[in-house]
Amino acid sequence: MTLLRVEDLHTHFIARNLDNEIQVAKALNGVSFSLDAGRILGLVGETGAGKSLTATSIMGLLRPPARIMGGRALFQGQDLLAMPDDDLNALRGRDIALVVQSPKSSLDPLSRIGDQLIRIRRAHRGGSVAEARDKAIAMLGSLGIPDPARRMRAWPHELSGGMAQRVLIALALMNEPQLLIADEPTTGLDVTVQAQILDLLRDLVRRTGIGAMIITHDLGVVAHYCDEMAVMYAGAIVESGPVRQVFRRPTHPYTVNLIGATPERLRLGATRTVGGPPPNLRALPPGCPYQDRCPQAGADCTTIPPDVALGEGHVARCHRVAA
Amino acid sequence: MTAPVLEVEGLVKHFDVSRQVKVHAVNGVSFSIREGETLGVVGESGSGKSTIGRSVIRLLAPTGGTIRFRGRDITNLPESACRPLRAEMQMVFQDPWSALNPRIRIGDLIAEPLKLHTKLSAAERRDRVEALAIRVRLTPELLTRYPAELSGGQLQRVCIARAIATSPKLIVLDEPTSSLDLSVRAGILDLLAELKAETGAAMMFISHDLGTVKLISDRILVLYLGSVVEYAPTAQVFADAAHPYSQALMSAHLPADPDAVLKRHVLQGEIPSPINLPPGCHFASRCPVAVPRCRTETPPLDPVAGDAAHQAACLRITEGANRIPALEDAHG
Repeated sequence: MTLLRVEDLHTHFIARNLDNEIQVAKALNGVSFSLDAGRILGLVGETGAGKSLTATSIMGLLRPPARIMGGRALFQGQDLLAMPDDDLNALRGRDIALVVQSPKSSLDPLSRIGDQLIRIRRAHRGGSVAEARDKAIAMLGSLGIPDPARRMRAWPHELSGGMAQRVLIALALMNEPQLLIADEPTTGLDVTVQAQILDLLRDLVRRTGIGAMIITHDLGVVAHYCDEMAVMYAGAIVESGPVRQVFRRPTHPYTVNLIGATPERLRLGATRTVGGPPPNLRALPPGCPYQDRCPQAGADCTTIPPDVALGEGHVARCHRVAA
Repeated sequence: MTAPVLEVEGLVKHFDVSRQVKVHAVNGVSFSIREGETLGVVGESGSGKSTIGRSVIRLLAPTGGTIRFRGRDITNLPESACRPLRAEMQMVFQDPWSALNPRIRIGDLIAEPLKLHTKLSAAERRDRVEALAIRVRLTPELLTRYPAELSGGQLQRVCIARAIATSPKLIVLDEPTSSLDLSVRAGILDLLAELKAETGAAMMFISHDLGTVKLISDRILVLYLGSVVEYAPTAQVFADAAHPYSQALMSAHLPADPDAVLKRHVLQGEIPSPINLPPGCHFASRCPVAVPRCRTETPPLDPVAGDAAHQAACLRITEGANRIPALEDAHG
């Protein structure tokens, strides 16, 4: 069952520069993907590719100068982008939960973590404080936090990074969401803690059948914890499909380059197209955004490339790919 | 065998927080790096990686132990005597944005070490700066720019050019690629591998990214709470780690290959505070194979199975009880 379907999402940053000229940074340029219940989608890409912006656009968390210019984000058939704010507020934190980066700055520093957990439960589901408290203690326990009843009284600054991340996931799960979006959930954590957090997330998806989207730049996380992956470059998804298919047969030249640059595939001293700064979103070329760097670019790359199906849901957006 | 460029014995570094409270950042660490060798230093946050890196080039004054650089004891050398030495020992930091003065042009930044450490004329310096820029694959046009005009990868190349300007014998690289995107990182690693082959400089590569360390290091030093738990050739650490912590650390590494089989050892609990270090083996509180004496006896760093090149600090190795149980491969 399709839980979330994003269609042709465009987000631009529109601002005036010092000379009072209007400048448009085209940050998302037609992002489309879908996520089924019970699956984990990995959204990967480098700095400035638009990974986090995709999440904040879907969740309706944009602030000026960012503006959604077009597209739809269907969550269980309802378009999140066309929904009145009140309806969206009822949905966010209840049916859709977002785990943001940097756990330590995302918790309210002036509330004990127990109070934060109880508050989010009661805001959406009502019920008594006692009920919410029991639920919160059970949730902390199920996330592997030792002595959860005592931890409820802890302040955010008393938590380690790994603990704070778990509390953030607990907050996201307090209302049994259908969709969990985790933006770099383990960046900055030590690898042994990273493994614990990702195991938790995966077990949760397998056990409860919710859908999850993990935003990351770490291809190792995608390779081992995601079912599907979507590779972003300059605000567009250039390749997507089942994780194993994409890793075995990367097809878009950018994906080939990206996967080739992982330590596992990297051969030092081999000639390769060296990565550069992120593309300038204010002056993207017409057509394929990767044409300036692509070793195979040709004259036809100045028109928008088609999405070429490669079988089993594997799709690459490139003129050079013959199915 | 070439002589070691750097020999460190029993290095200790404590930071005083107050009169009573000390952070035990490094607790008796020994290792050596030979000419042309790259030593990878791995461990999680708080394991003392960066403190060791800064201590060996004497940016920090050690609390105890000895540091010998090219045979000379530099442990307690006064700062004035350290300065000329730094022409031969250089460092590259994690964050190139804050490592470079934003108000100095790139060309002058690269010329800085030449001004400090050589007697080149201005014209000779200019030629040398240009040659260095080309060496690290920066186009010479960039030399007149300011740091804010360059990308992270370009800035890290500037830092590397500065580090190699005086042909040092030892380069300490503290997470040099951690702040860079994957495709940019590949280019920097290429450059480092070339420089290693070309200059024969000893390198100390500090990183928490095991994939990168595996690629570039000859030997690996695994740290936990300021102590060496394992010291061995790279392939051996990845294939056959002896210390329970190294086993867990290596197994938590996620190779970017969905077909790689993970042998998972999940650790419980979190790293203890370096302020109140537990007695005995520091890892005992999280170790699945710890026995009571692990909490009282400090394990020595001994050869594993008589192999002097492979050392580990665990009391349970001689008993053959150092293997920690693996979970079944969790995915798939």
